[in-house]
Amino acid sequence: MQNVKVITGTSAAAEAAKLADVDVIAAYPITPQTTSVEKLAEFVANGELNAEYIKVESEHSAISACVGASATGARTFTATSSQGLALMHEILFAAAGMRMPIVMMNANRALSAPINIWNDQQDSISQRDTGWIQLYAENNQETLDLIIQAFKIAENENVLLPVMVNLDGFILTHTVEPVEIPEKEKVLNFVGQYEPKHAYLRPEKPMTQGALGDPEWYMETRYDVQKAQDVALNVIKDIHDKFAEKFGRAYGNGLIESYNIENAETVLITMGSLCGTIKDVIDELKAEGKEYGLLKIISYRPLPTEEIKEALKGAKNVAILDKDISLGLDKGALFTDIAPFLKDKKTVNYIVGLGGRDIRKANIKEIIEHTENEAKDTETKWIGLKE
Amino acid sequence: MVNKGTIIYEPGNSINNKTGSWRVFKPILDNDKCIKCENCYIFCPEGCIQPDENGDFKIDYDYCKGCLICEEECPVKAITGIREEK
Ligand code: SF4
Ligand code: SF4
Repeated sequence: MQNVKVITGTSAAAEAAKLADVDVIAAYPITPQTTSVEKLAEFVANGELNAEYIKVESEHSAISACVGASATGARTFTATSSQGLALMHEILFAAAGMRMPIVMMNANRALSAPINIWNDQQDSISQRDTGWIQLYAENNQETLDLIIQAFKIAENENVLLPVMVNLDGFILTHTVEPVEIPEKEKVLNFVGQYEPKHAYLRPEKPMTQGALGDPEWYMETRYDVQKAQDVALNVIKDIHDKFAEKFGRAYGNGLIESYNIENAETVLITMGSLCGTIKDVIDELKAEGKEYGLLKIISYRPLPTEEIKEALKGAKNVAILDKDISLGLDKGALFTDIAPFLKDKKTVNYIVGLGGRDIRKANIKEIIEHTENEAKDTETKWIGLKE
Repeated sequence: MVNKGTIIYEPGNSINNKTGSWRVFKPILDNDKCIKCENCYIFCPEGCIQPDENGDFKIDYDYCKGCLICEEECPVKAITGIREEK
């Protein structure tokens, strides 16, 4: 019998951490992540989850506690959002550089000022160079499935990098959807026991972690993280395939997911919950005999540039939708990262949904229309902006 | 090479970090002027001035960072800082 619960995205994340049987959770509540750590605290309090829940006074402490816990070989989970993630920034580098396989749920939310608790992806995009793997979920089921896979990716001996699973604030975090909850035993069987070989604080085997790396060594350590990110491309695909086989749910190849792309000259690219809206629009237009495609980016770091190039071989026009903006360049992160690989196509950048501005089906149709007709190559257009 | 995550499995080996690599000034010690007072030995923050078996003071340039505290502390001006030649 399938166990389906109608739950929010944050609950799906908490369920996933519970299923993976985490040892340590350290988190500080922040909107719209709060309900996730509340749920985890409840699991620990009522004995459903045998983990250490560390109460901390800030997100800087939360991630610091996670690094410490992970350094002892504990399976570690945290969750945050927006300003909280920004406060973690300094330690995010340490977690990646020290190769700590921490898994984090981030509820994507805008950054101040002005204070805004609604969804965009600027928070995680601003952490893109920390060395963390970044995955983006389209719905609550994918949130749960990605977090389960995240532990296996992070703890892979050839990867050993922290993984951030991002879900859109409120759109996913506070909306209920039916989510299939797999059996714990099956998940544990899939994720396996974390047996750290590289980092494991034990009194009988002392080691130094987080040591000084002078100019003679620092560059090599950054290069090592880059190599691990390269390796992660294959590991993510592989773990995705194994997950699909075991649990019967697949998401493209684990890195990207194509939707009606083979029939389309014009393709949209984006990440997260917006993909659901775009799929709906594509279906509607298909019923009218018009073919459009979507390329959903699941893994933003590492970015599968070869796969993206290959998937877009048949496309002429590419609309790249960013829920973030690099101020001073007037381009979003996805565009700046992907457009250089698509020089033979018309690429257009759309800045959408900042600070929770609604992105409706009509906006998607407007984007398609604009890309095909008036848009100039490499142009940026802000959608729904009040002039 | 560096271990994954810069983890050091044998504590106490920070001796492998040759801190002398960022030196701009280099202290030169003249043992003919030296009165063996040990001031430089005491004051060197890197602990890299030691007497050898003959009692002559030697500077270990692998770890000397060129702060020239030794030059400052030497009562008989037996130590002179010069610009490091690369
Ligand atoms: S210059 Fe500084 S580090 Fe070098 S020997 Fe003198 S006191 Fe020690
Ligand atoms: S401080 Fe000067 S005199 Fe004293 S031991 Fe050092 S070099 Fe010799």
